[in-house]
Amino acid sequence: MKRALTPWFAVRREFGPRRALALSFLAFVLPFSVWCAVSYLPFVWHPKVLILAKHDTALLEGKRYDPAMVERMNARALSAGKTPAVGQPANPVFLPAPHEVLSALYTVFTTPPRNRITDKWFHQRVYESLRVIFWGFVWASLLGVPLGVLCGTFALFSKLNEPVIDFIRYMPAPAFGTLMVAILGTQEAPKVAIIFIGTFFQMVLVLANTTRQIDTALLEAAQTLGARRWRLVTHVVIPGVLPRLYIDMRILLGWAWTYLIVAELIGEKSGITAYIQQQGRYFNFERVYAGIVSIGLLGLGTDQILRLFGRQMFPAQRQGAPGFLTTLSRTLGAAVRRRMPAAVPASPTREARSADGAAS
Amino acid sequence: MALPLELPSYTDMEPAVRERFARIRQRPVILHVQGLDKTFIGSQGEDVVALRDITFQIHRREFICVIGPSGCGKSTLNRIIAGLESPTAGTVLLDGEAVREPGPERGMVFQSYTLFPWLTVKKNVMFGLRMTGCSSQHAETTARQWIDMVGLADFIDHYPHQLSGGMQQRVAIARALANEPRVLLMDEPFGALDAQTRAQMQGYLLQIWRNVNITVLFITHDLDEATYLADRIVVLGRNPGSIKEIIEVPVPRPRRPEHLLTPAFFATKQRLEKLIHPPEEAQDMPLPIFRMTYVGDEAL
Repeated sequence: MKRALTPWFAVRREFGPRRALALSFLAFVLPFSVWCAVSYLPFVWHPKVLILAKHDTALLEGKRYDPAMVERMNARALSAGKTPAVGQPANPVFLPAPHEVLSALYTVFTTPPRNRITDKWFHQRVYESLRVIFWGFVWASLLGVPLGVLCGTFALFSKLNEPVIDFIRYMPAPAFGTLMVAILGTQEAPKVAIIFIGTFFQMVLVLANTTRQIDTALLEAAQTLGARRWRLVTHVVIPGVLPRLYIDMRILLGWAWTYLIVAELIGEKSGITAYIQQQGRYFNFERVYAGIVSIGLLGLGTDQILRLFGRQMFPAQRQGAPGFLTTLSRTLGAAVRRRMPAAVPASPTREARSADGAAS
Repeated sequence: MALPLELPSYTDMEPAVRERFARIRQRPVILHVQGLDKTFIGSQGEDVVALRDITFQIHRREFICVIGPSGCGKSTLNRIIAGLESPTAGTVLLDGEAVREPGPERGMVFQSYTLFPWLTVKKNVMFGLRMTGCSSQHAETTARQWIDMVGLADFIDHYPHQLSGGMQQRVAIARALANEPRVLLMDEPFGALDAQTRAQMQGYLLQIWRNVNITVLFITHDLDEATYLADRIVVLGRNPGSIKEIIEVPVPRPRRPEHLLTPAFFATKQRLEKLIHPPEEAQDMPLPIFRMTYVGDEAL
């Protein structure tokens, strides 16, 4: 029996998994197809002229010029009785075509650094970035999670800490860059510190707020069952808000990623940011895009993995609507199961075994 | 509202019932509420008297209902006895000792089920036992017994959100009873349930009460429920919340649903009606309802 489809504009109603997946897919496909149109259809934009053969002009081959400039040079060449340059419409160098960026996503890993002394491989840069994010977030969590929960539980901690934290929160983390380099040197430490400053203060306030949302009826029930102060915290407050704290932490990790770029620019440049800057200087803009996209992929990837972990860890509490990757894997899994032959024999059948025997 | 039949007075009792009350009065007093006052500070900074001079006693194994119109402070009374709020004046004595803070000897069942959503049924029932220092093995055995008693052995590893409201409330009762409290405080525990489930739960509760050494203080606004369950009913009035009367229910025990139709039951209910909606307080203000239809003419 076919179920009626949800109308397209139904207020606060979910679509079926297939349509939800199709829309999520479209969310990527639509901007991508705009990019394709701009890149592959010569009449869409292409404000520059890419010189293929310079012939007798002073233009440089493989460079992009304004059409007026090329026309002027060619006119001069023609009036002097020389061969004009040949070119084709092209986009500016900062807008590479999709296929160039997609292949760059692979070639960034295979291209050795141009300068063996000052540059590094892309995967080394990615590793640097992950280290900075990891340690920055771990330090922030080690201090921020306990403090946030305490502030959300005891008025003493809340009144003692939150005004100051609220004040520091408004100072942008990058403003501490110079100070951190002066204190911690130019290597990894100041970058970790910037991530820490960017996430710690937000973390305390966000987690404190979430902790305050514990149902007071649960606390009262626990008290009438004999739970006292610390056990009330460890056995009711923390397990009660843990699923929501986990979601908060996922969002905060996203913030940590936004501070990464600034953190990597201070002191000695490092990580994916350093790679992007270097490639920009070489005019390899497809690799610049590859670097930016890979940051997005790393962020999205970690978040989706953490979401799946969350679903495993908190079976009792619902985690909201399933995410994009979950839907994708479920739909693909279902499709694969449909295509698979119904029964896969667990042991070789008798015919197969006797055939084996005959062969030997 | 007068009933069409001649009812006996609610104070007329069968000799067996009268003797039973005499026996109850011989039992030791478990809970003594003495001159309890509670005053809140209102939104304009004025004093709002929620409870005034509440005094009553509960004997061992007695089933007491507290009834009153909404806003009469009956929930506040329950919370003060539980130790979740402190009175402005007066004391609550449990076995002669003053109550100051919540404790496991005063188990409580709330209207919202308040089960811990991250724990299974078994772990929920074990919670109080673990908090009062039982070994986990002993706690588990005891929890199983109580879960059996409320008839949820098949759901022992379920999470609360997988259970119906009635089942959740049974778990909450088992959880409160597992600590073997001196008195079980119930704050409109069946208020959120549908009528059928509520009747069923009242039956369960009476069964449990008969078989377990437990004293119950039960808050409700439902006259039928109070009359069906209670030995005595404490009737509170509004503004300020003070005791209007303590009624000894003349319906014999063990109670069965048939008792809902006996003259003794109706007589008690009629008295409660009179106390809670006294004729002098009845609002004599007809609603301005316009005639908007001709279809219903034959209904007149």
